[in-house]
Formats: sequence, structure tokens, C-alpha cells
Amino acid sequence: MRLIVWLPLLVLALPFASFLLLAVVAPLRRRGRGAAAASIAAIAVAFAAALVIWREGFRVTATWAWLPGDGGPMGTVGLLVDPLANAMLVLVTLVSLLVQVYSLGYLRDEPAPALGRYYVYQSLFAFSMLGLVLAPSFLQMFVFWELVGLCSYLLIGYWYDRPSAARAAVKAFWITKLGDLGFVIGIVMLWAATGTFEFEALFAKAQEHALAIPALGTIMVLIYLGAVGKSAQFPLHVWLPDAMEGPTPVSALIHAATMVTAGVYLMARVEPLFALVPDVLVLVGWVGAFTALLAATMACVEDDIKRVLAYSTVSQLGYMMTAAGAGAADAGVFHLLTHGVFKALLFLGAGAVIHAAGTNDVFRMGGLFRAMPQTGVVFLVGTLALAGVPPLAGFYSKEAVLAGVWEAGMRGPFLMLALTALLTAFYMFRVVIVAFFGRAPAAGHPHEPGWAMRGPLWLLAALTVLLGLRFATGGGGHHGPGWLAPLSVSLAGAGVALAWAMYQRGALDPARVAATFPLSVLDAMARRRYGLDALYAGLYRGFILAFSRLIGWIDRYLVDGVLNVLSAGTLRGGDALRRMQSGRAQDYVYGVAFGVLFVMIWAQWWR
Amino acid sequence: MTRLPVLSLITWAPFVGALLIMFTARHRPRAVRLIAAVTTGLSTVLSVWVYAAYDREAAGFQFYEKLALVPPLGISYELGVDGMSLLMVLLTSVIIFAGVFASWTVAVRSQEFYALLLALVTGVYGVFVSLDLFVLFLFYELAVLPMYLLIGIWGSTGEVRPRGIFAWAYRETGVGTKEYAAMKLTLYLLFGSAFILVGVFALYFSAGSASFSFLDLEAAAFPPAVQRWVFLAFYVGFGILAGIWPLHTWSPDGHASAPTAVSMLHAGVLMKLGAYGVVRVGLGLLPDGAAELAWLVGTIGCVNVVYGALSAMAQTDLKYVIAYSSVSHMGLVMLGAATLTEAGLNGSVFQMFAHGIMTGLFFALVGLVYEKAHSREIRRMGGFGRVMPGVATAFTVASLSSLGLPATAGFVAELLTFMGAWRSDHVWWLFPAVAGTFLTAVYVLRVAKQIFWGPPSPHFHHLEDARGPEWVALVILTAVLVLFGMVPGLALALVDTATVPLLSRIVGP
Repeated sequence: MRLIVWLPLLVLALPFASFLLLAVVAPLRRRGRGAAAASIAAIAVAFAAALVIWREGFRVTATWAWLPGDGGPMGTVGLLVDPLANAMLVLVTLVSLLVQVYSLGYLRDEPAPALGRYYVYQSLFAFSMLGLVLAPSFLQMFVFWELVGLCSYLLIGYWYDRPSAARAAVKAFWITKLGDLGFVIGIVMLWAATGTFEFEALFAKAQEHALAIPALGTIMVLIYLGAVGKSAQFPLHVWLPDAMEGPTPVSALIHAATMVTAGVYLMARVEPLFALVPDVLVLVGWVGAFTALLAATMACVEDDIKRVLAYSTVSQLGYMMTAAGAGAADAGVFHLLTHGVFKALLFLGAGAVIHAAGTNDVFRMGGLFRAMPQTGVVFLVGTLALAGVPPLAGFYSKEAVLAGVWEAGMRGPFLMLALTALLTAFYMFRVVIVAFFGRAPAAGHPHEPGWAMRGPLWLLAALTVLLGLRFATGGGGHHGPGWLAPLSVSLAGAGVALAWAMYQRGALDPARVAATFPLSVLDAMARRRYGLDALYAGLYRGFILAFSRLIGWIDRYLVDGVLNVLSAGTLRGGDALRRMQSGRAQDYVYGVAFGVLFVMIWAQWWR
Repeated sequence: MTRLPVLSLITWAPFVGALLIMFTARHRPRAVRLIAAVTTGLSTVLSVWVYAAYDREAAGFQFYEKLALVPPLGISYELGVDGMSLLMVLLTSVIIFAGVFASWTVAVRSQEFYALLLALVTGVYGVFVSLDLFVLFLFYELAVLPMYLLIGIWGSTGEVRPRGIFAWAYRETGVGTKEYAAMKLTLYLLFGSAFILVGVFALYFSAGSASFSFLDLEAAAFPPAVQRWVFLAFYVGFGILAGIWPLHTWSPDGHASAPTAVSMLHAGVLMKLGAYGVVRVGLGLLPDGAAELAWLVGTIGCVNVVYGALSAMAQTDLKYVIAYSSVSHMGLVMLGAATLTEAGLNGSVFQMFAHGIMTGLFFALVGLVYEKAHSREIRRMGGFGRVMPGVATAFTVASLSSLGLPATAGFVAELLTFMGAWRSDHVWWLFPAVAGTFLTAVYVLRVAKQIFWGPPSPHFHHLEDARGPEWVALVILTAVLVLFGMVPGLALALVDTATVPLLSRIVGP
């Protein structure tokens, strides 16, 4: 087979081989560090191969039959390698590699079998995510879509004896599955109408205007629902903050840099199909912008450092989806890639902080910069990038998104995103100021982490800066109106200034700000997460469980009850009839006599 | 052809094993297990060989054997397999081979237990390979009847407390006891048998060809009234065994009370006899009747899917949860068949296989948990994952297949059924089917979380993971589940050769 096909296959096969090896060979898995070595080696080679693919700009499509059928396969699997997939390949393998190395330090104290199990899941995740990226058809994308969801479930529940982790894992699975119901119905409907799952065949039909099926709008909304679940869009975003129960490196990899961006990737991948239904795109854009704003407000009132980052991820995913909705999916993917780098950096930095301080609560940290300056510097780099400060990578991608949305004429979403930019800078600097420069004494004995953790941090920080400088010198991708860059920078600056005034300078008391009238309502609602979690819990208990109890009762006491009444009646009836056979001759003679009498009367009168 | 009668060997090997056990292995439990493992192993090896040797290009019925039994009446011992029955034979082999290992620890009267189990297996194989309806019926009865003894003697009694307005009736019938479950199951299935027998005779006399052979009856054209009513008879008769609503209530009681290997075999394979009967005999011989009544079959299938899943969610007894999940999944089997599309029927047959393996694995695991924890109450359990990681892993795989996660066999079956549903005449079937997968995800993950996750339950001490022979069952079943999920072509390429001709008789080529 040609290099162009087998090299991408190798990228896919390596993590799978390491997964299979670790899953089957129990002694190696129980060694813990041995398992880690195998998994890291596999992903490192995959990363190298992905780099080659990206540098050489491979472009190839190859499919093999998967679901046989009469007259050609009903479904295929294969590879779709193009610039979009190539960039994702590099991001996924890079972050996977760094996170797997980092985890060696972060999970140092775990028992060896548990560590082995962790690397089994990590390998499976890398394989699944790469399979999703390389998918040439809706079918394969759905297959790996569900598999990354499985890995997410398993890794959130990695500490499975913690009740909160167990709950969060199941919740994440259920909520994303809810969106996936739409996804599967959508692709089945699309298959029934066109007879294919393959992107290229569908795009070809779209170009020939052969896709003018009446239900296309419905189908695309259903497919979009899958992205709503996976990419934590309103109203299915509630699982992502809870997913922070998993180990922090997992949050960095799955719940920030890669898996949750699958929805955005899907939108970019099938852009030609969404382009046929502009109304659906408008919906996508509004939902995305609303999600971005909503999550940002919740991040402002959260004290748990990981949950702040989680809400910020939801918010940034909203950005990406808005871009996709504005028809600027390339800007969304641009933001996806830079966000993948600096959000992984932030999460890994937060992991180092949590590791050192022994708590997630930023208000119990304080003054960490003195104790761990290296972590402080890289965390600050990540924060500046997220806030959109030039010349870091986040500035350029965020601007590209804003430009795309503005040019699509979506004024409402644009305003929401601009406000979100301000809030982003505010809540991120709130964390940095309180945790790293706060006056409160830090809990525990903070110290710099070991090299296994520091190495990935510095690498990601360097990448954030270098990417930004590259865009700065290369002119970048910003093609928006001239006032956009100054606006964007001043919004970020205002957010930083506000955080500084409230939490460092003490000029504004946070408690009093939160108590003033319009903000106090918002504050109370945001702290209750706008009641959505309660709503889902209520629906689950009050609707699904209650309904199931009702059906269970009906089954046991009505459906089965009728049967038991019948059989009990038969038993009792037989018991009663038994008395007729008394054994006394007189009874039988009476019986015969009455019988004869009856027949005679019947013959006489009713003939 | 002077070839080895492979199908007869597969069918009768367990029966010979049963005879050997009865006559030679008294009071030697080790020998009993050895004989059981060797004879079912022989059937398994031969079925794998048949699977490999089956000529996919030629398709149709192969490995044909015929021996006239009662020539004047046209009854003959006629065997043959096509892609569909071959897959069922393979399923039976895998399940019974694993089942022998899963019940390695049955101590009470193990000689009679294994003898009955093996006799039953011969009946199951017989139904799948018979091409003569009369002989098929005999095998069918052989497969159903030993169940009465197996549950009545080796079963376990659950904790059902009758309440409500019908409580007097429940007390009268003795709900919850193993004797009640055995009686209920047997009566239900015999009730179904009566319909089947009537249907078989109706076809025999209506065709007037003086033959019970499937191949002869297939060639006959039945008038519309016969088609309609006989299809209905077969649907009800075989359908009872497949757990169609509202005639399903024998299944939760029966499966919950049955000993491990019997639950595995019954939910894993015997329910498939019912579905196989509907497809093979109903759809195969009465194409017009099937087309006319497909709406009924599919709609009841939808009820099964949702109703079964909700009922499963309401249970607090682990075995009942799994038993109701079978009711739900068998609904998908019937739904897939009722779509009368290639995708749907392939999905239906694949679901028979996938569900068989999955539920076999589930019952094996529940048996292990019960044996070690001596409880089936889900609410009392918790944190078992730490002490029995192997069981927890296998349970997770089975759960994932149950909720239709890709890379497990369950996904392929469900996807094909969905595809068929949307291409059928009743597109709305898709929605209950999809909703069923979500409800399955809810109850199955809830149960897995309650049993294996969370802090260790204070009620249990000294639990341990699966051991020795028990591992054989778990590894085989888990591996098959994942293998067929990743490479569905292994089964579908075969199944397709059987379903396409069958469908072309119903809806035209």
C-alpha cells in the first residue's frame, strides 16, 4: 500500500495496538509504569507520523466495506486525510503525548494496577479520537464519537469509589447520549434518503443540487444535536463542569483540548451540507453565542479552579460554534486549535497548583507565585492567551471568530461574544490574582512540580507564544474591520482592570458588587447554574423514574395480574367442581335423574 | 455425497453426552463436567468448522441430510443450514460451551442437571437445523420441556411480595417461588406450542403435498386466508417464546428463578428459537401473511422495546433487571424483522446473535455475583469493582453492548434495525426504538454504578473475583461480543445470503 495511506493508518493503529496490548496482557498492565511506557511510546511515534502527514500536506480518501449488503456495502470505514484532519491529527497526538507524560508525575502516588488501567483508557481515547478525526463518513464518525464518549465516561469515573465521580461519569454519559439520539436519527434519515453515509458522496450530491430532500433541515438539526451534547452547548452543557471529577490531566485532554471540540470539528467537516440550510446555521450561531455568554457568567461566580476552567471551555466552545454558525467554520477550527493548546496549558497548570495546594478552592490558595514561579509564569501565559491579549495565539483566533460573525451580519451573537470577551478576561484574572498573588496564606506546602509535569507545561507555553508571534509576523488571519482589534484588546483590558480593582486593589468589594440590584439577581441565578441541573434531576426522578415505576407496577399487577387471577380462578374452580365427585351412589342417581328430566323437558318445549 | 453428517453430529453430540452422564458418571462430579465440556466442545468445534466451510457464493441450504421417517405421511428427518440458521447454531454452541463452564460449581445433583441441560441443547440445535416442520416441532418440545425440571429443582426463589387488589391470586399461585416460575414458563410455552402445531397442520393440509418439508411448503402457494391466520398462529406461538408483549411475563419470573446456565441458555438461545421461528417459518412460508401483519409485529415490537426498558428500570432484583432487558431487546429483534427490509432483517438476525451472547454474559455474571454475595438485591450492593475487577469489566462490556455502543455487537444490530425502520412503511417505529436505547443506557449504567462503583458496601465481606473455569465463560463471551462488533461482516456476509432471498419472496426482488 502507498505511504500516503499507510502512514495515517499507522497513526491510528499505534494507540490501538497499545490499547490491545495493555488490555489483554494483564501482567504488563499491572506494572503501572511499564504500561505507561508502552502507551507513551505508541503515541510519541504517532505524533511523529502526524507531523510528517501535516508537513507533507497529505490528501487521500480510502474506504473499505464494513456492513456488507446485497449490491454493495451498506456502510464503510476508512480514512479521510485533508488539511483539516491533518491539523487535528497534530493537535490530538501532541496534547495526548504531553498529557500522558504529565500524568506520570500527576498520578505518581496511584497504585500500579490503577495507573495501568489509566493508560489503557488513555490509549483507547487516543485511538478513538484519531478515528473520529480521520472519519470519511457519518457512520465512522458516529462510531468513534460514541467511543470517545465511552473513554470520557471511564476516565471521569477513574476514581470510581468516589460517589461524586461515579455520578458525574454517568451524568456525562446520559446527557451526551441524549444529543447522540438526534445524531443517530439524523444520519439514519440521511442514509434512507441518499443511500450513503460517506461525506464525499454527499458533498457531490449537494453540489449537483441532488440533495433537495424536504427533510434536510430537520436532518441537519438532528445531527447538530449530537454536536450540542458533545460540545457542551446550551442546554446540554451541564455535564461538562461535573466532568471535572476526573483526574486533571484527563480534563485537559478530553474535556478541553480534544473530545469536546468534536462537535465543532463535525460542523467544519460537513460544512457543505450545513451551507444548504442557512436557517439551521442561524440557530447554531445564536445557540453558540448564548452558550458562550451564559457559561462566562457562571465562571465569574465559581470558586473551584477546575470548574472555572470548565465553564471557560464551554464558553470558548460557544465561540467556535458561533463561528461555524456564521459560515466561518475555518475561523472556528482556528480557534479550536489555538484553544486546544492554551487550554491544555491552563488545565495542566491548574493540575500543578492543585497538586501543590491540595485543594481546588482558589480562595484557599493565595500567594502561590512566590512558591511556584515557573507554574505561575506559564499559567499567566495561558490566561493572557485565553483573555485574547496580543501577541499570543488566542488573540488572533478570537479575532478571526469575531470578524467572521460580524461579516455574517449576526449582530446579536456578535454583541454577546464581545461581552463574553470582557467577562473572560475578568474571570481568568480573578483566578490568577486570587490564587497566585492573593494575600491569603496558601494551604498545604506549595512547591514546583517535577519535570514530568513541568516539561509539558513549558512546551505548551512556548507553543502558545510562538504560534502567536507567527501569526503576528505572518499577518495572521484577521480580516475583520479595522476597529475590531482595538475593540477586542480594550475589552480584554477592561476585564483585567475590573478583576484587578476588585480582587487586588480592593477598590471594589466583590461582595457589595454582587449585592447591587441587577447583578444580585444574576449572581444568585448563576450560582444556582440557572436551575438547569435541578431541571434535569427533576426530569430524571419525576418523569423517567416515576414512569418506570408506573410501568413496573402495571406489569406486575395488571398484565401479570390478569394471568394470575385466571390461574387462581382455575385452581379455585377446580376445587369447587371436585366436590361433585363425592363417591356416594345417591348423588350420582340424582344426577342421572335430573339429566334425563332436563333432556325430556328440552325435547318437549324447545324443539 | 458420502460426507460426514456434520449437522447430525452437532445436534446429537450433547444428547450422547447426556446419556453418558446418566449411565457412567454417577457420583463422579468431575467426570460429569468433563463429559459435558467435551461433548459441547465437539459441537462447538464442528459448528465453527461448518461456519468456515459454508459456501457463501452458492448460499441456500447446505450440509443437507435426509432420512425418511414416515414415508406415507411425508415426515422425514431432513437437516440443512443456511446463513441464518448457521449463525444461530454458532450462537448456541458458544452459549452452551460457556454455560457449562459458568455452572461448574453446581453441586446438588449435578449428574441430572447436566444431563437435562445437554438434552435441552440437542433440542435447540435440532430446531435450528431441521427442515422438516414435524421434526422441528418435536425438537422444539424437547427444548422446552426439560426447563420445567431445571428451574423447579435447581432454581432459586426470589423476594416478590404480592400486593394490591390481586394479592389473593398471587398467594394462590405462589408467585416468586421457583415452582411457580417453572410452572408458569412451561404452561406459557405449551400454550404457544399449541398454536404452532395447529399452524403446521394447517399448512400441511392446505398444501396438499403430503410433505412436512420446509422446501416443499416453500414452493406451495397458500390462499390469502390461510396466509393471514396461519401467520398469526405462528406469530403468537413462536412469539410467546420470543417474549412478545403482553405474553412476556413468564420470562422475567422464569429467568430470575432459573440457575445460571439455564438462564444463559434460555434467555440467550431459547428466546431466539421463538424469533427464529417467526422469521424462518412465518416470514419464510407465509410471505403474504407476513406483509399483511407486519404492522402488528412491528408495533408490538416497539411496545416491547420501551415497555421492557421501563420495567427493567423499575426492578430492584438484579436478575429481574437483566430478564426485562431481554424483553426489551427481543422487541428490537421483532421490530427489525417486521420492517421487511434488508437492513432491518439483517439487524434482526444480528440482534438475535448479539443479544444471545450479551444476555448470556449478563446471566453468567449475575450468577457469579449471586454465588459470591448470596444476594440479588441491587440496593444492598456497592463498590464490588474493587474486589472483583474482572467481573466488573465484563459487566461493563455487556452493558455497553446492551445500550448499543459501537465496537460491540449490539451497536451493529441496533443501527441496522434503525436503518430498516426508517425505510419501512412505518417510519415512526424509529423513534421508540431509539428511545429504547436511551432508556437502556439509563437503567444499565445505573445498575453498573450501584453494584460496582462507589464506596464498598458494608453488607458484604470476603467477596472474590471470578476463578478458573468461570473465566473461560467470561473471556469467550466478551471476546465474541467485541469481535463481532468490530467486524460485523463475520456474521452479516452470511446472514445476507439468507435474508435477501427470503425478502424477495415477500416484497418482490
